[in-house]
Amino acid sequence: MNQMQNFTKGFLKENPILVLVLGTCPTLATTSSAMNGLGMGLATTFVLIGSNVVIALMKNIIPDKVRIPAFIVVIATFVTIVDLVMQAYVPALYVTLGIFIPLIVVNCIVLGRAEAYASKNTVWSSFVDGAGMGLGFTLALGVLGAVREILGGGSIFGFKFIEGDAILVFILAPGAFIALGYMIAVVNRINKKA
Amino acid sequence: MAKMQSSLRNMVLSLTLISVGASASLGFVYELTKSPIEISMLNRKLEAIKQVVPAFTNDPNEEMFRLPTGEGDSLDVYPAKNGEEIVGYAVTSYTNNGFSGFIRFAVGFTPDGTIYNITVLEHKETPGLGTKMVPDGTPEKPEFKDQFKGKNPAEFTLRVKKDGGQVDAITAATISSRAYCEGVQRAYNTLEKGGLI
Repeated sequence: MNQMQNFTKGFLKENPILVLVLGTCPTLATTSSAMNGLGMGLATTFVLIGSNVVIALMKNIIPDKVRIPAFIVVIATFVTIVDLVMQAYVPALYVTLGIFIPLIVVNCIVLGRAEAYASKNTVWSSFVDGAGMGLGFTLALGVLGAVREILGGGSIFGFKFIEGDAILVFILAPGAFIALGYMIAVVNRINKKA
Repeated sequence: MAKMQSSLRNMVLSLTLISVGASASLGFVYELTKSPIEISMLNRKLEAIKQVVPAFTNDPNEEMFRLPTGEGDSLDVYPAKNGEEIVGYAVTSYTNNGFSGFIRFAVGFTPDGTIYNITVLEHKETPGLGTKMVPDGTPEKPEFKDQFKGKNPAEFTLRVKKDGGQVDAITAATISSRAYCEGVQRAYNTLEKGGLI
């Protein structure tokens, strides 16, 4: 697999949400608008890249039996950095994403890539893998957020194009499941053809 | 370099090393972001105060004091002064009865007890329903909170119409509307008990 394939696999073929179905909790909870989805996606991307690179660098000094605690310490460090930086420089986004930023620590995608990829591959490949997976995650979250915002709120990125209410259920939790279900169906169909 | 064996010495060594590295980098980032975080929190507070009281010249944050609510709790009161004259009080009030629990408000009163403006500082209400309590409306298209402006809770009953009050609840968000009224009422009661209005 060359680096280009390694990078693009996260978008459709191995999309963390739509194909691997990992990290659905923050996905469903934070995508009530396109902006929130993108913000959450980018925060996770940063953590993924950071933890993948550091874990790939240190894979030889981490004994197998303690690899999970070691990975979690690295991941938690990056998450706390994101948390502090967001609080300092984008307080508005920090307020809306709230509890879900600290919860990136337990997002299966991050630990999953550390365990399945970064602990076995070179630093550069791990960086590319983290960036691809993270952007695939961001893309899925952004699209899901946009769909929910358009259908449920009649707006996109906060810009309103329908007066009054839209199909409110899409902003609520059931709408998240419905929209995600259809997105998974569409992506499966595309992947089957390809 | 060969993979490290999982001996006790190696495991302790490696975890210690990683933890030390993690703490050092966190300490560094914490130092770096400490003052921006403080500034942005202070700005948010000042921004909220500015919204809910008439124009002022003092630093309400400096002159903040606490008043007991009478329910075993206290609220922060920020006096707004234009020169020496007090033009209003911003009170940070709260309620635990929102649809998703806790809601925090800043409620501004003029010295005669009239509500000047209200802003929601923190909430977890349902987007598209309970969140309609947040925005300011325009004269042509008033929002939920506009009905509170210029009203004095002494004669304006802060309860939704369903409960015999004078507040038009948000459609499909009666619980949020009730909680809103409760939070504003708490702010008013506290100021009244403190003898400020």
